[in-house]
Amino acid sequence: MATKKISKNATGPAKKKQAAAKSAMDVVKLARDAKRPHIYDFIRLICSDFEELHGDRLVNDDKGLVCGFGTISAGSAKKQGDVKVLIIGHHKGATVEENVEANFGMAQPDGYRKAMRLAKLAEKFHIPIVTFVDTPGAYPGDTAEARGQAEAIAKSLEFFSLLKTPIVVVVTGEGGSGGALAIAVGDRILMMENAVYSVISPEGCAGILWRDGAQAPAAAEALKITAADLKRLGAVDVIVSEPAGGAQKDHAKAAAYVKKAVLDALNELADIPADDLVAARYAKFRAMGNFY
Amino acid sequence: MAWFEKKEGVKIPPTKALWQVCPRCKTYISKDEWKANNSICPSCNYHGRLGARARIAQLADKDSFAEVFRAVSYSDHLSFHDASGAYKEKIDAVIAKSGEKESVVMGTASMGGIPVMLGVMDFSFMGGSLGTGTGERIARACEQAIAERRPLIICSASGGARMHEGILSLMQMAKTSAAVGRVKEAGLPYISVLTDPTTGGVSASFAMLGDINITEPKALIGFAGRRVIENTIHQKLPPDFQTAEYLLAHGFIDKIVERSELKAFIVKMLHYFGF
Repeated sequence: MATKKISKNATGPAKKKQAAAKSAMDVVKLARDAKRPHIYDFIRLICSDFEELHGDRLVNDDKGLVCGFGTISAGSAKKQGDVKVLIIGHHKGATVEENVEANFGMAQPDGYRKAMRLAKLAEKFHIPIVTFVDTPGAYPGDTAEARGQAEAIAKSLEFFSLLKTPIVVVVTGEGGSGGALAIAVGDRILMMENAVYSVISPEGCAGILWRDGAQAPAAAEALKITAADLKRLGAVDVIVSEPAGGAQKDHAKAAAYVKKAVLDALNELADIPADDLVAARYAKFRAMGNFY
Repeated sequence: MAWFEKKEGVKIPPTKALWQVCPRCKTYISKDEWKANNSICPSCNYHGRLGARARIAQLADKDSFAEVFRAVSYSDHLSFHDASGAYKEKIDAVIAKSGEKESVVMGTASMGGIPVMLGVMDFSFMGGSLGTGTGERIARACEQAIAERRPLIICSASGGARMHEGILSLMQMAKTSAAVGRVKEAGLPYISVLTDPTTGGVSASFAMLGDINITEPKALIGFAGRRVIENTIHQKLPPDFQTAEYLLAHGFIDKIVERSELKAFIVKMLHYFGF
């Protein structure tokens, strides 16, 4: 399998040892590393062309969630040729100005509504969707509440579960709760080796259940939020390896691994009739947490 | 030190036993009066929390409610422990005390003679949190509603996803939203009653997805917690923030319905839809 091959390339024996010693909180720190590749890095390194599109056609253009059409060229792996896709991804920002403008990747309801608007357009032309998840969570502000953050997330979950086009999800950094899940209902869920994905931040969980935010490392451990844990729990399909030391060390290499895994996933989904795709997607999430 | 300063650890049990303080307007009401008034504040009309069984009794036709999926309970697949102990011990104690096995009670019922699928969440069960068992009960209910052509009615009351069940509790948001989506696609109505309080992962999933979304006066409904938001924007929020009235004004609720009118309103909607 392709993923296995990637892991072989990416991990030497020394790195394996290091990985085993990493605590959940160490992974959280890596997942949040400001030098990790961000959405525009991935777009630049994966797509041969990209056109960003803006606005929810209601009130706003949210900078915390980037959407646009692009081409992923399969390059030397000739079989597929070029694949046109809709990219949807959280934008944390690379500079302080961008951080503020994008609310550190905490999307507003307008962001999720923009994503749905363009995803509907992608469905119309049978264009597959690739989402990049990297957010501390949906924006918790008064404006977000006034414009219906809960409704926007809820609607996204329902909407993407019914959308008749392939959806590949890549959790690249922080998968923060509902704000992450809103763009993470898909047919294949990929997760980078040092990404995390959780129902609540370790700090938030520690604050509530330990009554002490400083207990975040214990909460991180208890919540089981690393890629390996999530794969074991069935919430993630494929773990994408990272360059030694983490994706922040070598953006080009990290993006190359992601590109390969995304192309493999798109290839697997390409010939499945839309109705079967939607049925399988429902069955996939339907089976999560069914112990009964 | 002022003479009137409250000493720590001083309890006032007689007051608590006799009086109910309205959480909204802080008026003291005798417990008997509170109960006789259907847990509604006579002073400000705040509609207080009801247990699942009490609400089912108000909504379902007499003796029509037949519970389903009672065997579906919680799962401790993470063997979750926190500072105060094991999740398993905590929830087992809640189960032993309440007699319920999950935070939503599901069943078939009739309302005004119309066969429906009825689910009611109970905030007193782990804060009405959405666990894997809760999500499973709701998904099964949706599938049964489709198979038997029953309208779906869910009354929610929840603080959000149940973090003790980790990522799979988050996934219940996706699972339940997909499931109610299928009910709606099947040409059946889904009426969501958001009761006090409905927040976090439940407001951000199936609870907000009703064909009709209704609520009761003064209910708290929102996504993020008030303190989290105040810390984000560094401002105090107005008192009516995230109330039923605020949501109605912002366009996310079809109507605020008095508790005494709730059943009649739902039946009336079902009549409009041809049931």
